[in-house]
Amino acid sequence: MIGEQIIKGMAVTAKNFFGSYVSKERLTTVQYPEEHLAQKENTRQFPFLVYDGDDWETGLRCVACQICEKECPPKCIYIVKSKDKKPDYKGQPQIYPVTFDIDISVCMSCQICVEVCPFESIKMDTKFELSTADRFGGLLLTRDKLAKPNTYYQAIHPQDAAESDAVIAGEKAKAEAKAKAAAEAKVKADAEVKAKAAAAAAVAPMPVPAPPTPPPAPQ
Amino acid sequence: MNAIAGLPAKSFEVKPKLDESGTPIGELLEISMGPHHPSTHGVFRMDVVLDGETVVKLKPVFGYLHRNHEKIGENISYLASMPYTDRLDYFCSMTNNWAYALTVEKLAGLAVPERAEYIRVIMAELTRLQNHTCLIGFFVQDMGALGTPMMYAFREREKILDLFESVSGARMMCNYLRFGGVRVDVNDEWIAQAKQVVSAYSKFLDEFGAFLTENEIVLARTQFIGVMSSAQAVNASITGPMLRAAGVNYDLRKVDKYGIYSRFNFQVPVGEHGDIYDRYMVRVLEMRESIKILEQALRDIPAGPVMDRKSKLRGFRPKPGEVYGRVEGPKGELGFYLISDGSPNPYRYRVRPPSFINLTLLEDMCLGHRISDAVVILGSVDIVLGEVDR
Repeated sequence: MIGEQIIKGMAVTAKNFFGSYVSKERLTTVQYPEEHLAQKENTRQFPFLVYDGDDWETGLRCVACQICEKECPPKCIYIVKSKDKKPDYKGQPQIYPVTFDIDISVCMSCQICVEVCPFESIKMDTKFELSTADRFGGLLLTRDKLAKPNTYYQAIHPQDAAESDAVIAGEKAKAEAKAKAAAEAKVKADAEVKAKAAAAAAVAPMPVPAPPTPPPAPQ
Repeated sequence: MNAIAGLPAKSFEVKPKLDESGTPIGELLEISMGPHHPSTHGVFRMDVVLDGETVVKLKPVFGYLHRNHEKIGENISYLASMPYTDRLDYFCSMTNNWAYALTVEKLAGLAVPERAEYIRVIMAELTRLQNHTCLIGFFVQDMGALGTPMMYAFREREKILDLFESVSGARMMCNYLRFGGVRVDVNDEWIAQAKQVVSAYSKFLDEFGAFLTENEIVLARTQFIGVMSSAQAVNASITGPMLRAAGVNYDLRKVDKYGIYSRFNFQVPVGEHGDIYDRYMVRVLEMRESIKILEQALRDIPAGPVMDRKSKLRGFRPKPGEVYGRVEGPKGELGFYLISDGSPNPYRYRVRPPSFINLTLLEDMCLGHRISDAVVILGSVDIVLGEVDR
């Protein structure tokens, strides 16, 4: 019978229509601005800079190595290195970014900056409601807008943050051990130098053997 | 047109109607469909010459979405091209990633760990599922079924995109594969969720099939329309479901056996007539086979690392050489051709896009059909303009 399959198809439509009143499977609409779906753990939107401690300016992990700037596919990162140095989390003097801009109208959220960063300093944010009326300044994120505390990172990506904290702790421990070893070595070296000096001092007053008297000249 | 066995002979040459003295009645009409036409799947234009409603000439015009992908690829590092490949065919970022990763792995001689190979197969087959589902939704919409089938297709696709998002962080621009493996491992929870999605998918396909496959309108609009013979398809180097619908058994998963496809038990559906209906059916059957592959892969996935230890992110410089790598994408053979001169950037970077090459026979398929059929024929080619224009 012509039209039989069309009726069969309409039955599917009816099943979906009435099913949407009873089955959660078929009712998939989310009333967006009022309701939100839960975000996935790995969700990525735009990058931000992580800082430790309370003050973002001193706690910034970034050391302005510019690897992310070079690797960024659409080249949306702009970094200016500092002339002076400040101590990093290991306590070693490091240069820092005077300017760190990300143009998020260019950024394509690919996460490559995060992957190539050797200092765990740039991470992906999950915030996505970023629309603004200012199309130039509003989408150019400067250093102060990018900086977010490590506690924020721990809150949005708990798993990744734990891994990153472990890496940082490991680096710190290594640096401390190295510093300790260096200090010990220095102490040892100092001691050695002292000992040597002492030895030298002890040696110094030793009477110099008198030069052999020249044989008397033949008369 | 070559005659095809089993098809009613049909003249594709349309002559304008003549009056008694032999002069044509009326004129041919040249119209420009697109670039902003809802049925063109992006910014694509067809310059059509019509005799009444019948197509007598058709010229595809594209390039509106040209983004200089290949030249950009020569000026940035190997790794930085990976997110750009997502944007070629934005429905199937995972298979695009795989084609590119496969090529660079060939160039640099990287091995892929077992678990990563399984993950790649799972991702590629999920991509195939969602691409074909969406395509069927779109192309039924081209026939006038506005909205409803497409919404059902998109509802199911969302479940797969959720899987992609929870592992890679993005729904469509996954950027998930890396040279020598994948970026992050999947956990057991994810695999359980994927198993659930896959087992529910065949139920959805049953429902979708009941909805469309034997529908009289679909049959009337698709059977013996837009016929492409196997000889034509081979000569124009058509690949993918288009080629198989024309009756040529050629699937790179069986021919090249790249990755670990030799381990899975699946079949390649082949059409008979090369018309739109065969293209539709080949895709539906391919989805069933994909589900089979997914079930096997999700069952057998071993534990282990997901990255080759030799692979590195920074300072990646493969040795000089040239290489062509290809995979069977949902739309056809997706290939990358790379020449390395030992520097961090490829010296030459070229993409062989399946949907661009599948478009070459559009005129031959449309001649002699109505203008409304031309829209459905274009829908059955399965193009994504991001890949056609690059």
